[in-house]
Amino acid sequence: MDTIEVSNLNRQFLFRQSHVGQSKAKVARDAVLKFRPQMSITAHHANVKDPKFNVEFFKQFNVVLNGLDNLDARRHVNRLCLAADVPLVESGTTGFLGQVTVHVKGKTECYECQPKPAPKTYPVCTITSTPSKFVHCIVWAKDLLFAKLFGDRNQENDLNVRSSDAASSSDHAEDVFVRRKDEDIDPYGRRIYDHVFGYNIEVASSNEETWKNRNRPKPIYSADVMPENLTEQNGNVAKNCVVDTSSVSAMASLGLKNPQDTWTLLESSRIFLEALKLFFAKREKEIGNLSFDKDDQLAVEFVTAAANIRAASFGISLHSLFEAKGIAGNIVHAVATTNAIIAGLIVIEAIKVLLKDTDKYRMTYCLEHITKKMLLMPVEPYEPNKSCYVCSETPLSLEINTSRSKLRDFVEKIVKAKLGINFPLIMHGSNLLYEVGDDLDEVEVANYAANLEKVLSQLPSPVTNGTMLTVEDLQQELTCNINIKHREEFDEEKEPDGMLLSGWTQAPPAKDDKQSMNDKQSIGNGGDSSNALQTEPADAVKDGEMEEISEPSGKKRKLSEGSKASILDATDGTRNHKEVEKLDDDDDDDVVMFDDLDSMTNKKKRLQ
Amino acid sequence: MDGEELTEQETALYDRQIRVWGADAQRRLSKSHILVCGMKGTVAEFCKNIVLAGVGSLTLMDDRVVTEEAWSANFLIPPDENVYGGKTIAEVCCDSLKDFNPMVRVSVEKGDLSSLDGEFYDKFDVVVVSCCSVTTKKLINEKCRKLSKRVAFYTVDCRDSCGEIFVDLQNHKYSKQKIEETIECQLQYPSFEEAISVPWRALPRKASKLYFALRVLEQFEEAEGRSPGEISIADLPAVLKLKKELCEANALNASHVTDSLLERLIIGTREFPPVCAVVGGILGQEVIKAISCKGEPLKNFFFFDVMDGKGVVEDVSNPKKESK
Repeated sequence: MDTIEVSNLNRQFLFRQSHVGQSKAKVARDAVLKFRPQMSITAHHANVKDPKFNVEFFKQFNVVLNGLDNLDARRHVNRLCLAADVPLVESGTTGFLGQVTVHVKGKTECYECQPKPAPKTYPVCTITSTPSKFVHCIVWAKDLLFAKLFGDRNQENDLNVRSSDAASSSDHAEDVFVRRKDEDIDPYGRRIYDHVFGYNIEVASSNEETWKNRNRPKPIYSADVMPENLTEQNGNVAKNCVVDTSSVSAMASLGLKNPQDTWTLLESSRIFLEALKLFFAKREKEIGNLSFDKDDQLAVEFVTAAANIRAASFGISLHSLFEAKGIAGNIVHAVATTNAIIAGLIVIEAIKVLLKDTDKYRMTYCLEHITKKMLLMPVEPYEPNKSCYVCSETPLSLEINTSRSKLRDFVEKIVKAKLGINFPLIMHGSNLLYEVGDDLDEVEVANYAANLEKVLSQLPSPVTNGTMLTVEDLQQELTCNINIKHREEFDEEKEPDGMLLSGWTQAPPAKDDKQSMNDKQSIGNGGDSSNALQTEPADAVKDGEMEEISEPSGKKRKLSEGSKASILDATDGTRNHKEVEKLDDDDDDDVVMFDDLDSMTNKKKRLQ
Repeated sequence: MDGEELTEQETALYDRQIRVWGADAQRRLSKSHILVCGMKGTVAEFCKNIVLAGVGSLTLMDDRVVTEEAWSANFLIPPDENVYGGKTIAEVCCDSLKDFNPMVRVSVEKGDLSSLDGEFYDKFDVVVVSCCSVTTKKLINEKCRKLSKRVAFYTVDCRDSCGEIFVDLQNHKYSKQKIEETIECQLQYPSFEEAISVPWRALPRKASKLYFALRVLEQFEEAEGRSPGEISIADLPAVLKLKKELCEANALNASHVTDSLLERLIIGTREFPPVCAVVGGILGQEVIKAISCKGEPLKNFFFFDVMDGKGVVEDVSNPKKESK
């Protein structure tokens, strides 16, 4: 579904500058036909999760090669390949690291047998009150401040949430961010600046408990940082620069040219105000509808500036636009060489699959640092995980308070968020508790809507301790059985959802913020975890050191000569781009290719 | 490239890789000059990689005419006589490569590699040779080593579904990341001649069999006056005889180098495209490390074999000469 961007061209070599904006699938097809004209290539410019790509569709193929860039799509394809009984070759790269894995139903693990690390999320209070890292400031600037000022006004926003229980006068708080009718842009800008960097910090600072073991943040007011009248200042600078209105940029406006330079607090403050000004001056129509887009230069400038000022307040080091953009945009670094290596390895595995050379299937890891004399390390695939709910149909267990939790909670937090089943059918025995579909009549829809609001024990077919629920996804042809165990109390901090799913080991999150993983009050760097993208490669990967991941019980492994069972699991192709989620267009007139034929760094936009 | 800073165009195009190796390394790349001789599939892959990476210039040498074998594993050559007719391999590849990155100067140099003098090689920072005899490899390597400026030297060859890379960075200083800090390191490399002179007995018992097998084939082709790869199954008995002699001379058991491996390498005259991608990718990475002086380069042989799927590094050097 993706179109070609300039930043793709450093490695996606089937594309040229002249192709920017065009469909990747279509252009890739054309490019390959140039050197292999006799090949039959069908291109689909579409989302692989579209229902038309059902099990029947997948059954047409002898092997499926994935070059996806998000976990959700990979899980989806995994399930369809299992249902269609078609071997799947998965892969991923990040910088100098990469891996290729083979998945054959019944013979090897499926893609989900080893749960993949969930995307990193941060507790709300860390973002709103006690940031300690620059990324916290970015998330604040992007998901709170930017969203508040330029995004949907009706959207719930934690911007004024404080870790104390001081009730904020909500009316007053709402007004603060809206520009008054006759308010000039400069005073408006400074007012916002002073509110979020000055006043809010002072209020937060007053709470003794929060700061007992932490350094208090310093409030920053615009008058202290920029005593001069800002219009004058801008006027002086503007004389030396030609402001190009077509590519609106605060940096250009202020003569700051190098995205790799780290701005000072003063420069950040100027950019902050200038960016705000430019949004209102040149892009007023978009205000109220904007989502952060890493390719939106002005948005990136604003977020970098805001994050920097906040960082200064909290004693965190400031970062350059280049760095900030990478963090805010979840940019995955990528080079042509690693992709070429992995592409070669994918084809090698694919050929083994086509030749049904089962014993030769390998998972191959491309390492950054030589380990046991190897840069490319093959490992024999594992047998399927007997407790994998996706390929082994082993029931899961769910501890839940059946008198308190509603069906809706179960659907949102377990079925969708954890199990990745987006179009579920939920049954208790032969009773349908819930389903989605286009073919439902009004009565059914109303019935299911009503069920969602009922607590489990009050459902028409009561769900209580010992009940076995069946969750299905018709498209993925996945059936999952869940044993319900009633439990009265849950730890608010450790189990804030009031539910505990077990029988399928959830992989541990990246080193810090362990607590936040299941925290319903957590904020991800870019959306909620149910369909969130992987934000970063797990830390295990960064030093090129191999980490042993504890193996789920009951797993046998064929030991190949000498090589240990060490797995680099981090790179399941965390080429996450925090995209603006757009609906796919109906440009299916021409049938175009799914993903790149060759390279995996495919950027896909997902349906909302 | 104008001035010291990367242009806006470069920053936009190279964004994702600058995030890997930094702007400084990118600048060094843009000033580097690469020479490549012998363009089969693996070298084509390598060229694609470094052109995409944004080197300053790339000079290609291969005066052979295009044949079906040439484009069977070289994706830079379209299988269309209207396009490649009358041109040399280097010329066709040059046209294709220019397309990949207009900011890189790609050109063709004609003539006999071995007849060129040191002054010619002095223009380059990196020299990569492929499909040439062991004598030529030694010769070019020596010419590079005689220059006052360091010219990195590589050989790369793929036969059947295997590949070999040799690296000579002479005296190489580089930086590498260890957790949060950057440390400065240094490596000393032997020349190609020095490396292949290391007695086989001195190598670890489990050293890659490919190393030995390729040395046998190299010597055979040299002794028989063949071009690299100009070998067939009919030569097998003679090759096996040579193998036995070499093993004896090195006080090694003849079974150390398996007959089946030699047979496989003789029969497999063509390159296997996925192996070209793998080996061309590794080579690309190594050259980028050498130019940027960032990251530990491999020392000094790399082998890849589809049969076991391993990408192995062997250090074939005389321990006395090493200094770290």
